[in-house]
Amino acid sequence: MIELIKVNKSFGEVHVLHDISAIFMPGKSNLVIGASGGGKSVLMKCMVGLEKPETGNLFYDNRDFLALDYAQLREVRRELGMLFQGTALFDSLTVEQNIEFPLKMFTDFTKREIRERVDFCLQKVNLVGVNNKYPAEISGGMKKRVGIARAIALDIKYLFCDEPNSGLDPITSRVIDKLLKDITEEFQITTIINSHDMKTVFDIADKIVFMNKGKIWWEGDRHNLLASSKEIPELGDFIKASFFV
Amino acid sequence: MFYRPEKLKVYVKRVFEEMNNIGIGSFPIVAIISVFIGAVTTVQTAYQLVVSYIPMSVIGQIVSDSTILELSPTIMSLVLAGKVGSHVASEIGTMKVTEQIDALDVMGINASGYLVLPKIIAAMLMFPLLNIISMVLSIWGGITAGNLSGILTQAQFMEGARETFSGFVVFFSILKVFTFAFIITSISAYQGYFTKGGALEVGASSTRAVVFSCVMILVADYILAQLLLK
Repeated sequence: MIELIKVNKSFGEVHVLHDISAIFMPGKSNLVIGASGGGKSVLMKCMVGLEKPETGNLFYDNRDFLALDYAQLREVRRELGMLFQGTALFDSLTVEQNIEFPLKMFTDFTKREIRERVDFCLQKVNLVGVNNKYPAEISGGMKKRVGIARAIALDIKYLFCDEPNSGLDPITSRVIDKLLKDITEEFQITTIINSHDMKTVFDIADKIVFMNKGKIWWEGDRHNLLASSKEIPELGDFIKASFFV
Repeated sequence: MFYRPEKLKVYVKRVFEEMNNIGIGSFPIVAIISVFIGAVTTVQTAYQLVVSYIPMSVIGQIVSDSTILELSPTIMSLVLAGKVGSHVASEIGTMKVTEQIDALDVMGINASGYLVLPKIIAAMLMFPLLNIISMVLSIWGGITAGNLSGILTQAQFMEGARETFSGFVVFFSILKVFTFAFIITSISAYQGYFTKGGALEVGASSTRAVVFSCVMILVADYILAQLLLK
């Protein structure tokens, strides 16, 4: 479980996150939705430790992430996986080497065990025959899948995905959505997905957090999203702007 | 950067990879410039020696001393500031703007230690070796140019070179490149690591890395000479 309590973050004069409080449960797909510039990516960066909030608390299973020393922080981070918007695959390494990377850094697996784990991860994301290709040689959808495979190579507890469908066609987007949903349920991990793809929201969201102007305006599940959108104009505008709805 | 490595074996492997990139990869350019430094210094020294009572072996003495003491370490390092410095800055800068460094951080890997430290260690190990090769090739270039142009024989050159040879000069030269290696890799890695933006900014970081490295090499050259050549 991840718990945020009154998290605030500013960049100079610009106050990006205002008193963000939320709870994300394991085995659930938690979607953070909202317009671009609403603070979703900054919130995710704060949660994985790439940015440090000025005030507030962030707990990973009751461990105060913001109060940990460097060594403890590294331990928690080994339980995190992240799929970046631009995938952030290591472009000098092949697909296989990208997935091997965390295994070589953090486990004492033999070469055979590493190969088996890599094959397992690639099977999970439905990728075969691309082991020796470089990221520049595969499609955007494949890169996303390799990013997911790398993120789950270690037995992670928390998976963060920043705009997993950005730049993908609708069919590939649905494949990625299903993949994230399946992985979340199978491994019982806490998945947090930043998205403004409403199809994703209605397909896989167990919990939805709507952010606007650095604040959480609404929390709930996909069943009461449309009803709530009538009461909260900002949420309504966001949903109406989606071509899908 | 100096936190305990996640896995020492991986870091040692990284150091060897960087030694190959920085050291072996730089050998051809170092060899070419060294031979020509020695050759040109010989020809120009001969041109300036217009008094007939000075023995020609003095040319060997001047060429070997100046190449060992200054030309090999400094010019080689200035050239490598361009080659290695721009490579380090653009590699790390590209990783920064494409979030690859963030990916390392999120995994719990000490990104600066993993990316930068092996480069610094590799350069500090390989630059002195390249410098020794550079000294030898410079002197060989000088001998060859002297022979080919009929200025002086190999025996005359070696006689002059041996006359004032001092082990300290070689030590000083190696100490200089050791320092320059640290300057080049640390400045370039810093410039790359703090790149913000996109492709243009990576180019700008790379340029800054080369310029700052070159200036700092010259400053360090002067300081070391002041401190150690008394």
